[in-house]
Amino acid sequence: MTTDNSGDVRLSGISKTYGSFTAVHPLELTVPQGSFFALLGASGCGKTTTLRMIAGLEEPSSGTVHLGDQEVTHLPPYKRPVNTVFQSYALFPHLDIFENVAFGLRRRGIKSVKKQVEDMLELVQLGEQARKKPHQLSGGQQQRVAVARALINTPKVLLLDEPLGALDLKLRRQMQLELKRIQTEVGITFIHVTHDQEEAMTMADTVAVMNAGRVEQLGSPTDLYENPNTTFVANFLGTSNLIEAEVDSKSGDDIVLRAGGGKLVLPESRCGAPTTTGGKVLVGVRPEKISLTHADDAGEIAENRNRITGKIADSSFIGVSTQYVIDSPVCPEFEVYAQNIDRDARLVPGAEVVLHWNPAHTFGLDAAQDIDAGVAEVEEEAA
Amino acid sequence: MPVVNWLKRHLVVIAGLVTLAYLLLPNVIVTVFSFNKPKGRFNYQWQQFSTDAWKDPCGVADMCGSLSISLQIAFWATIGATLLGTMIAFALVRYRFRARGTVNSLIFLPMAMPEVVMAASLLTLFLNLGAQLGFWTILIAHIMFCLSFVVVAVKARVMSMDPRLEQAAQDLYAGPAQTFLRVTLPIAAPGIAAGALLSFALSFDDFIITNFNAGSTVTFPMFVWGSAQRGTPVQINVIGTAMFLVAVLLVLTSMVISNRRNRQKA
Amino acid sequence: MATVTEAPPLAPTPEKKPPRKRGRWTPYWLLLPGLLWLIVFFALPMIYQGSTSVQTGSLEEGYKVTWHFSTYWDALSEYWPQFLRSILYAGSATILCLILGYPLAYLIAFRAGRWRNLVMVLVIAPFFTSFLIRTLAWKTILADSGPVVSTLNSLHILDVTNALGWTAGDRVLATPLAVVCGLTYNFLPFMILPLYTSLERIDGRLHEAAGDLYAKPWTTFRKVTFPLSMPGVVSGTLLTFIPAAGDFVNAELLGSTDTRMIGNVIQTQFLRILDYPTAAALSFILMAAILFMVTIYIRRAGTEDLV
Repeated sequence: MTTDNSGDVRLSGISKTYGSFTAVHPLELTVPQGSFFALLGASGCGKTTTLRMIAGLEEPSSGTVHLGDQEVTHLPPYKRPVNTVFQSYALFPHLDIFENVAFGLRRRGIKSVKKQVEDMLELVQLGEQARKKPHQLSGGQQQRVAVARALINTPKVLLLDEPLGALDLKLRRQMQLELKRIQTEVGITFIHVTHDQEEAMTMADTVAVMNAGRVEQLGSPTDLYENPNTTFVANFLGTSNLIEAEVDSKSGDDIVLRAGGGKLVLPESRCGAPTTTGGKVLVGVRPEKISLTHADDAGEIAENRNRITGKIADSSFIGVSTQYVIDSPVCPEFEVYAQNIDRDARLVPGAEVVLHWNPAHTFGLDAAQDIDAGVAEVEEEAA
Repeated sequence: MPVVNWLKRHLVVIAGLVTLAYLLLPNVIVTVFSFNKPKGRFNYQWQQFSTDAWKDPCGVADMCGSLSISLQIAFWATIGATLLGTMIAFALVRYRFRARGTVNSLIFLPMAMPEVVMAASLLTLFLNLGAQLGFWTILIAHIMFCLSFVVVAVKARVMSMDPRLEQAAQDLYAGPAQTFLRVTLPIAAPGIAAGALLSFALSFDDFIITNFNAGSTVTFPMFVWGSAQRGTPVQINVIGTAMFLVAVLLVLTSMVISNRRNRQKA
Repeated sequence: MATVTEAPPLAPTPEKKPPRKRGRWTPYWLLLPGLLWLIVFFALPMIYQGSTSVQTGSLEEGYKVTWHFSTYWDALSEYWPQFLRSILYAGSATILCLILGYPLAYLIAFRAGRWRNLVMVLVIAPFFTSFLIRTLAWKTILADSGPVVSTLNSLHILDVTNALGWTAGDRVLATPLAVVCGLTYNFLPFMILPLYTSLERIDGRLHEAAGDLYAKPWTTFRKVTFPLSMPGVVSGTLLTFIPAAGDFVNAELLGSTDTRMIGNVIQTQFLRILDYPTAAALSFILMAAILFMVTIYIRRAGTEDLV
């Protein structure tokens, strides 16, 4: 390898237990230099603990932490080339913005900090606010100070602990793009902890979904969304319609399944579970992949598509799309998001409909799991 | 009935102001009587207006000496109690250790103990040890009863402090000592200042414990006590009034300054 | 701050520890000086006093521990009126402080607006005038020929208080009323400040919410504000009652020989009569009585976390 790997973060067998409670199960994880990595999960899943072990604020119960080739497992935080953007920022209330940003430089004994601090404040567009106290700034400005305060030290790795949690939705969107821009500009490794799946997917190039102290799945946002490995990932990352089905037969690269009265086709390559004829499999499909056709027009649907019949239970118009809840014999609350292009006026609650989609969009999961895993977590975070 | 309604709505305010008047009435009397020219030895009855006492505040034998002793004791007691109390407060908030409950009750008990009891028991100790009563025994006693109040004041402040601030400092290359000096101490400062101020006031004004353990040393409150028996000079009122005014002025100016500073910044 | 210069005797061998476990002993070093102070000058004197209370002898010949417990009995049987009076006076003063202090604390917390800081300063500022000077001022205020007494007299209030035994003749000074009035005055700020602290923490929107849910102002107070201010009420009453029960200054300056409280007795026994065993026994009884009452009170009020 000729590339610089000094910004790699390597966790080997790292775990954290508090008494009898295991916050993080032994974890193997490598974050390559220069990547934007997100740890995604509900509160209490161990993502923040993992981050704090990298920062040195928490000592792992087992395992090691490497930055590049250097082992830092037992180094105190002030000796690690790692900086953190804290949840709710932790700006020093008694220091002004300039001194907050200069803090790290001064502690390392750098005397002439003026130029560097001013440049950094320019980067985050806060040049005018240098002499204000943190409480005089808005949430978004405080957030940028926190980023500037960490970045000015040119750390090998920047850790972000729910950095946008305290901002309102609009500002959060804006800051997501801003952070992404800064990361591309400075090119250092970012490790970002969040419970917001949209945030993780917008910003990160690799996402690790954590649940109950374990990484459930690791991959690019598209990969995680299209090919979830577990029901937790399927439900936590976006919405999934999961149907319990029975393996009927195999034809070519496809598995034919029986659910309710009908047949569904699932590409074998998209099934993460072992399949034996007669065995059970959970079939999943994302709501936006599904088309809705009124039962009267059922004959117009192409033959090769997966189809399910049902009745519209509820519909809500949300601008770009309309979200339907369909009552179907195979799944009591089937969700369908239809783009508002040509709206069929007959699709109102009570109407009999056929749901159909391209079999290529179907994924299969092990039926031994809890079908609702991850649903409660999403609701909890939304509350 | 608008009047009745008005009264009903402002009942709390009226009652509160009555209490405030009750609290301030003695200070008004003290001030007014600092301009009195009493006939006998006692300054309890209004005779005639005079500024004699204000012109010669130290004109009474021993009074200003006792004032100076009180100020010295209050000064050192404040330093001692603030130092020891702050250390305890930090230990209580920041660390887990055994015998926490015992420590807590040892802090709480001096505040829940009538002063006479502490005064009397401390005197038994000093008598048993054969200690010379005076400046030092008073100072020891004052540090003892101010300590708990400092602990409470500092603890409240440190507890409300976001632990992430110290973590942020460590993350930004500040070692433990630097973190303490640059972040913890400045942020805890208002609590420490409050504890120190309280100590000073408690120590300066203490009579009961001092009276037991002073020997022949006379502090200002003891001087006042003695004069209540022998005859109250007007100068006592002068000192009382002056201290009230100084305190109010100090607080008001600091309030005005901080108001103005906030307005400038905003 | 304390630094560990050598390994404390009980420390486990440091080599086996992971490097960041240092600082284990820091809390003890931080606690040590202050706790030592409290142990030597607060706890130890209590023990000394305990032993003094069971000694017999005289000043000339010296005292010996003879486990002479009857000192307690003698002290109690001789001075029970003063004990009772102390509790009665301190109790009345505490109730008066609560009644007088609550509106003012409420005023500062919710109604003072931009005057809040000024009122606060006015509550605290009298502290800086020695409390003895201020207590002496009550001698002037309550003087026999003064406006207060003559007003009370002309309104026939004194007749009522005379009948109740709170005052005697045409005087207020040198009566229980004067002592209670002085105690109330002296300890009122100790009631107002904790009350204010706990009232100030109450979210003003709770009042609006209660109003929105059809509670009238008085009901809002009874069901929302007062229960939420309970921690302040508990610590306020303790901070008032305890020092008031041991006080002797007010009884001495504003009272007479008929209003002597237990503090006066202890003070005289210790400093004038020099009967140390009796004085020690008395203060032990006072301490025990107060601790007993405080414990029961805290249990019933359900606020354990006072420190």
